[in-house]
Amino acid sequence: MNSKIVIVDSGSANLRSIEKALQKVGAETAVTDNQSVIAQAKGIIFPGVGAFEQAMTILKNKDLPIILRESIDAGIPFLGICLGLQLLFTGSEERKQADGSFAQGLDVLAGQVKRFPPGLPVPHVGWNQVLPRRGHPLFAGIPSGTYFYFTHSYFVEPQEEKVTLSVTDYNNCFTSAVAEKNLMGVQFHPEKSGPAGLRLLNNFLNIVKDPSLLKGEG
Amino acid sequence: MLAKRIIPCLDVLGSRVVKGTRFLDLQDVGDPVERAAYYDRQGADELVFLDISASVEGRNAILDVVSRTADAVFIPFTVGGGIDSVQFIGKLLQNGADKVSINTAALKNPDLIKAGADHFGSQCIVVAIDARRRKAERSSSSCWEVYSHGGRYPAGRDVIEWAVQVQESGGGEILLTSMDSDGTLSGYDLELLSAVAGAVSIPVIASGGAGKLEHLAEALTVGRAHAVLAASILHFGAYTIADIKQYLKRRGLPVRMPPAPA
Repeated sequence: MNSKIVIVDSGSANLRSIEKALQKVGAETAVTDNQSVIAQAKGIIFPGVGAFEQAMTILKNKDLPIILRESIDAGIPFLGICLGLQLLFTGSEERKQADGSFAQGLDVLAGQVKRFPPGLPVPHVGWNQVLPRRGHPLFAGIPSGTYFYFTHSYFVEPQEEKVTLSVTDYNNCFTSAVAEKNLMGVQFHPEKSGPAGLRLLNNFLNIVKDPSLLKGEG
Repeated sequence: MLAKRIIPCLDVLGSRVVKGTRFLDLQDVGDPVERAAYYDRQGADELVFLDISASVEGRNAILDVVSRTADAVFIPFTVGGGIDSVQFIGKLLQNGADKVSINTAALKNPDLIKAGADHFGSQCIVVAIDARRRKAERSSSSCWEVYSHGGRYPAGRDVIEWAVQVQESGGGEILLTSMDSDGTLSGYDLELLSAVAGAVSIPVIASGGAGKLEHLAEALTVGRAHAVLAASILHFGAYTIADIKQYLKRRGLPVRMPPAPA
């Protein structure tokens, strides 16, 4: 009865586009910050734009970090988008603390969020190619080298190489998608990436309908 | 590789797309959402809506245009025209816009750039700069002055100095229009583009002057622009986005080719 994909209302502004794109591929959706609705979700989309530390503060004020971690542990297909991907990591250098340590993230994936080095135009804005490192149901039917829309100044650096699902070349290659078991994240915006983005969201919907597609994903 | 972006610009009056020459002889050319979907299908990388109505009715109409576009078109789009507060930026983003373009209000109050970037992130704050070449006096080097209010009033500021301040205040992109070239179809002011692109590290979108395909390629190579805004060259039917991209691809520039029709 409840096959809804829940879009976590993390206080950022672009939720509407994500919801419309999911509806376009046939998903039932709910945008919410309600813990019990999130707990019932069959799939979770965790979007975010803006500042890392501010987003963490909003999540904490809404008491969401615990329920998000529990849902991930319970094996619910979970997709972080842009800042939503970055927030999954241990910390970010986006706002260094007074003692020099990094702003704390949700820490469900080990690694840091780093700023592109000086000399490159930042933010990295526009359409860039995504190069998957292995087959994965999230990229089913999407050829390697397909363009997706990015807009960000920071990128994730997973501690474990195998967490990286795809890379993208911006002077150097950075991690543009991650996957570990039921947990997935993309640095680009599938909801703004035209037909390729809709295909990726449709793939996520298929995973939500049939989580066994992720079998073999460790 | 990061693709060079082709961005059609649609002038919106009330809830309709219009075209004209420098705000005169406006003709109705259709529904904004239909035009947006049309350019999306052609392979546009982004869209810009410029609200030229600058009235309370226009503001409400643009919010409706934004939300209807966001429901149907899944590429990024920017809204500009009369944006003067963090509240209105927030409304546009909530209705589905991805970015806003600020011009006169940022000149009057540069803190608006910072406030917008702090609230919503630099990625959604585009600052539009209208630039006019200063008459050379004694100096032989070129310089340009910033103009406000749609190019009506000189702002008394140097373009390079303002571009650097825009970046320092948290602007995410600069939409740079050469008033000298705009509407001439004789090519971009490449010296202006290159000077601004060299002074900042945020992306520069070139606007004003494109009449043929070669001009677009020049802006993206000699002018070092990341993207080109295309208005006249598309609206008057000279070229399609596919024509533009095929040409740029032949010139060796990275572009995202439009998806094959299903």
